This record gives sequence, C-alpha cells and structure tokens, in this order.
Amino acid sequence: MIDWSGYVGLMLQGALVTIELTLMGSALALFMAFVAGLGRLSRFFAVRALATAYIEFFRGTSIFVQLFWAYFVLPFLGIELTPLQAGVLALGLNVGAYGAEVVRGAVQSIGKEQYEACVALNLGRWQGMRHVILPQAFLLMLPTFGNNAIELLKATSIVSLISLADLTFQAQVVRAQTGNTLVPFSTILIGYFALALVISWGVRSLERRLARGIDGVRV
Amino acid sequence: MEWDWNFVREIMPTLIEGVKITILATILGSALAAVVGLAIALLRRSSNRLVSRPVGFFAEFIRGTPLLVQLYFIFYILPDFGILLPPLLAGVIGLGLHYGTYTAEVYRAGIDNVPRGQWEAAKACNLDARQTWMHIILPQAIPPMIPALANYFIAMFKETPLLSAITVLELMNQAKSVANSYYRYIEPMTLVGAFFLVISLFSVVLLRWLERRFGRVGE
Repeated sequence: MIDWSGYVGLMLQGALVTIELTLMGSALALFMAFVAGLGRLSRFFAVRALATAYIEFFRGTSIFVQLFWAYFVLPFLGIELTPLQAGVLALGLNVGAYGAEVVRGAVQSIGKEQYEACVALNLGRWQGMRHVILPQAFLLMLPTFGNNAIELLKATSIVSLISLADLTFQAQVVRAQTGNTLVPFSTILIGYFALALVISWGVRSLERRLARGIDGVRV
Repeated sequence: MEWDWNFVREIMPTLIEGVKITILATILGSALAAVVGLAIALLRRSSNRLVSRPVGFFAEFIRGTPLLVQLYFIFYILPDFGILLPPLLAGVIGLGLHYGTYTAEVYRAGIDNVPRGQWEAAKACNLDARQTWMHIILPQAIPPMIPALANYFIAMFKETPLLSAITVLELMNQAKSVANSYYRYIEPMTLVGAFFLVISLFSVVLLRWLERRFGRVGE
C-alpha cells in the first residue's frame, strides 16, 4: 500500500499555483479585453487596426504555441521570462483576445437611445462610457466572462509542459514517484472541476449583485 | 540571434510531416465529436432520469476539466485496465470526447429551434420516434447548426498541439524535436505559429461563407 499522506501537501501546492495563475491570468485578460474591445470601437483608424490585429493574432494561433513562443523564443530576443511570467502572459493575452470580442459585442448591443441620452445630458464620450454604457454592458459581459475564466483555468494545465509546478505537474510527479496513475489523475480531475464550479458560482452571485439596481432601468 | 532561411528550408519537410498528422487528428476528432455530441444531446433529452441525469453530469464534468489531463487519463490509465491505445488513437478519442460535450450544446440548441408544430405534424402523420427524428427533426435541425459546429472544429484544430504531450508526432512535437536537436527555437516555433495563423484566417473565411449559406443558431 502506498502512503498518500505525504503527497497531499504536494497536490495542495500545485493547486495553489493553478489558482494563482488563474487569478493573475484573468486580471491580465480582463484588462486586455477592455483595452482591445474598446480599441476596436475607437474613432481612430490606427487604434482600431491595432486592436483588430491583436485580437486576430491571439485568437488565430494556438495558446500552446503562444506559450512556447513566450518561453523559448523570447529569451533569444533578449527577454528572459520565468515560467510563471510566461504562463500569465500567454494565458492573459490569449483569453483577453476572446474577451475583447465580448466587450465589443456587449457595448454595441446597448441601445442607441442610451447614447442619445448621454449627448442630451452633455456627457463627454468618456463620461458617457464610464457612467452610462459600461455599467449596463458589463452585466451582459459577465456570463461570457465566467465561461472565459473557466477556459483559462483549464488552459493553465498546459503550463506544466514548461515545467511550472501546477496541479497537473504535481500529478505527474506523484505518478513518477508512486507508479500509480489512477489516484493522482482522478484527484486533479475532481480538483479542476471543483475550481470550475467555484468560478461559475462566483460569477453568478456577482451577476445577481450587479443586476440589483440596474434591472428596473433596463427593462 | 538571426532568422535563418536556410534552416527554414532544411526543417520544412519535417514540419510538413507534422502538419499531416495535425490535420488527420483534427478530421478524425471532428468526426468523433459530431457523433458523440449528437449521442449526448439525444441521451440528455431522454425521459428516463436514470439516463439523462448521469449523462448530463458526465458532460458537465468533461467540459469543466482540462483536455490535457483527460489525454493523460486516456493514455496512461486505460493501459492499467488492459486497453492499450496507440498515441494518435488516444488523442483522437480525447479530442472527440472533449469537444463532443461542446457540440452537444449546439445540437441541443438546434433541436430546440425546430418548431413544436413539426413534432405535432409528425405525430399526426403516425410516424414513430425513429421516423420522426430521421425524416422530420434532424433534417431541419442540422443545417442551421453547421456554422456553430465548424466553429468548434476550428477551436479543436488549435488544441491539437496538446497531443504532443502524449507523444503524438504532430506539428508541435516535430517542431520541438528539431528545435531541441539544433538548439534553434526561433524558426520552428514561429513557423508553427504562422502555420496556425494562416489556417485560422482561411477557416474564418470558410466560416463566414457557411454562415451565409446556412444561417446561424446556438451562438
């Protein structure tokens, strides 16, 4: 019989790295989603073109390729990244590109009368966006952002391939040391599923909270 | 480090070998995902709760866990039970199962979009369940789903580099092996990225055409 107690700590460390990556990646993705999503709606052609290029590039190439590029090719160009930095960068930029389309779609779906009301109240473009359009659009973005966050969580498993000690990596370590495959891999499958449930639960309750004041206005 | 065109010419044949496997895995995986998705969608509609509930949970579980871990599971754990799969077959099964849970949602939306009157008309014509599905519901439900299905197949294509983790010699694995043996990462990794970008941009054109041809549903 194998004594599993020693490996629990290892798995928890891995889970911590996975959570850390998911949080930091999501933060970068959220930032990029708004920058690129609003960039696509800009008045200036150059900004629109730049945002479109970013979105098409990161959605068009595989996240796997982006991660390997960040980790193996950037050092030759003089940018040395730790596995964690490369992981956060690739995950954040990739999921941010998907999120940008969500931001654009949500902002565009806000009715024309809301923009006209902004003009009528003499709000500037930025003021109208900040106080009128985005609070309504954000509610529409939330469910899809939740799905994107779960996609990001699942994508973190690939950082194990650039030797970052996340949940999947630790499962491989346990497998190598005990020779048992079923137990570590079943455990991490359940672990990932539990984390995904936490994200979808969190997004749902956030959605309810934000909808409180705004619902009566929208309908 | 400089970009070296001679090196590019030298490694091209190896990469093209990899491209073939990548495309083969995508086609086989898509075919499997199309079948698995339909099966899941139909089983989830079953009136017997002992069938619909477990299938629903199974689909949610697969969707909430990373493909990489599922691939490890299939490749390393099934042999413990006496099922030894070649890497490519294990990879295709993993891709097919994982994306089958996504395509199941597309089928569900497509089937729900068939008007009630069609079901009632089928009953009025005294068709049995099999005839209703084969001759009335599916022929109307499937064409509008095609763009959404194609969208997932493109997404699957971008995930095929994960198969390199279970030793399938697809594009990413070939690129990694040439990169490791010559210790030159810039060309192989960039070429892999360029390859994915080109195929993705083409597939976007194809997708737009499919959307015009068949309309869209389940977005």
